[in-house]
Amino acid sequence: MLTNIHQKKGLQLALGFAAGILFGFFLQKGGVTRYDVIVGQLLLEDFTVLKIMLAAVATGMLGVHALQSLKLVRLHPKPGSWNMAVWGGLLFGVGFAVLGYCPGTLAGAIGNGFLDAATGGLAGILVGAGLFAAVYGRIEKTILAKGDLKELTLPGLLKVGTWAAVLPAAALIVLVLWLLERAGL
Amino acid sequence: MEYLRLEQWSPYAVGIAIGVLSWFTFLLSDKALGASTAYARTSGMIARLVGGKKVPENPYYRKFVLRIDWEWMLVLGIVVGAYISARLSGTFETTWVPALWAGTFGDAVGPRIATAFVGGIFMGFGSRWAGGCTSGHGISGTLQLTVVSWVAAVFFFIGGIVAAKLLFRVIGG
Repeated sequence: MLTNIHQKKGLQLALGFAAGILFGFFLQKGGVTRYDVIVGQLLLEDFTVLKIMLAAVATGMLGVHALQSLKLVRLHPKPGSWNMAVWGGLLFGVGFAVLGYCPGTLAGAIGNGFLDAATGGLAGILVGAGLFAAVYGRIEKTILAKGDLKELTLPGLLKVGTWAAVLPAAALIVLVLWLLERAGL
Repeated sequence: MEYLRLEQWSPYAVGIAIGVLSWFTFLLSDKALGASTAYARTSGMIARLVGGKKVPENPYYRKFVLRIDWEWMLVLGIVVGAYISARLSGTFETTWVPALWAGTFGDAVGPRIATAFVGGIFMGFGSRWAGGCTSGHGISGTLQLTVVSWVAAVFFFIGGIVAAKLLFRVIGG
């Protein structure tokens, strides 16, 4: 692991900024800084969002696990619970449809010049995050903790080796993408 | 160079590029792509600015300390990167009301901004409740085969599809 690089704080902020520029560039080139493309996905009329996400996941999955096998990176699975994923996911979904952007693509939409994102959208997301911080202390150990999944990963759940999960998962994603194309979506 | 000026790339090219980018963020920064904590930190910083010294003592901001970190810079970079891409391809435009919205609900600015605000509240609250967004769970979590991230990603779309169909097919008729 490149620990000496990871510890350089100023350099890391610059690397974060540089990665963001690339990420934003790719998102805009993919069309997903646009409300119409994101809402089109949720209306199941335009599958651009899903195609980008699945291609990114399959590519990322193979590379990141290869780097992990070479001991060049460590994984960062997020801790969480069923109650976080299901109820948080549904609340997020409502926001996804009503706002028409997600946190990453909202930033991209602002760069693209879209003023609904830069005004109401940005203000709303900041208020929503602030509201969550205000209630967090009261729900942290109760609602949010129910159905704890910790940092469980698929290989851990199935009790198989990393690659025995990664290769089928990547193959499954490619199959789904192939089926999407075949269906003309 | 011509490729950088194209209006749109194949979604597969874009997805693969984002996947490769994630290799490098793990390798060079020991980080996964994500966006929503940057908004939580910013919200806390604004609250501290107007509200006071007690804000950083909030249990949430003890966990997500109010400072500009790697992910905050990433989100700032997204704005710049999207701007560069849009400029290069001539698709930069300052628009208040998206076409799809205008087609169903009209092109008045007020209702769209109010709706974006309400949607934003759900997005900000929901992403922090879930512990991640379409990037943090939907791409970074799923690529690490994290169970909670796969569940969250599925429910992002279940909630989103139901809400979008309700909004455009029932309310918008």
